[in-house]
Amino acid sequence: MNVVYFAWVRERIGLPQETVETDAATVNDLIAELRAREERYAAAFADTSALRVALDQELSDFDAPIAGVREIAFFPPMTGG
Amino acid sequence: MTVRVQSDPFDAGAELNRFAQDRTDVGAVVSFTGVVRDTKGDLKEMLIEHYPGMTESAITKIADEAVQRWALADVLVIHRYGSLKPGEPIMMVATAAAHRAAAFEAADFLMDYLKSRAPFWKKEVTEEGATWVDAKDADEDALKRW
Repeated sequence: MNVVYFAWVRERIGLPQETVETDAATVNDLIAELRAREERYAAAFADTSALRVALDQELSDFDAPIAGVREIAFFPPMTGG
Repeated sequence: MTVRVQSDPFDAGAELNRFAQDRTDVGAVVSFTGVVRDTKGDLKEMLIEHYPGMTESAITKIADEAVQRWALADVLVIHRYGSLKPGEPIMMVATAAAHRAAAFEAADFLMDYLKSRAPFWKKEVTEEGATWVDAKDADEDALKRW
């Protein structure tokens, strides 16, 4: 699955996107796997209340299932307008 | 309906003059232009990041809802990304309706939703460094009005 990062999440992890092989059932499960990888992931995902998630470019929830999802994006709350 | 996401500057006046000009059933046109503000006098540039693909679909979804709820004759949304200087336009919305209440309300709704539901992130660059602009609780609360 393609995992995409924006704004300070991208800066903390140091990548705009990457391909992740995972059997995680939900967004939260995937975050737990990423956090365990390296300190920079642990730092980016330290507080999920400061994050938003989109599944295949639709805003979603952290307990949402991710089976069949092609692209998952993590970013801070949006500041458009 | 027109939705444009672009890095280039735009001429808000020219856009507004073109907007809904062929519609004779329109009695009210409302527009809003957002401009890069330099509050402390030290802003070098504002960098706007976005999520290509989702940005267009999220804005289109918000604009579709506005068209349906307020029976708009037309709606225009332009939002820029990239490097913007103080005083430059960031974005604009325009709404056209039979009567002014619908046009005003729909423009207000669009702005509230674009602020918190369109995937843009602003970063302010000053002499001191660069800082991501935090989302405000008030902006999230504003969605409850609708």
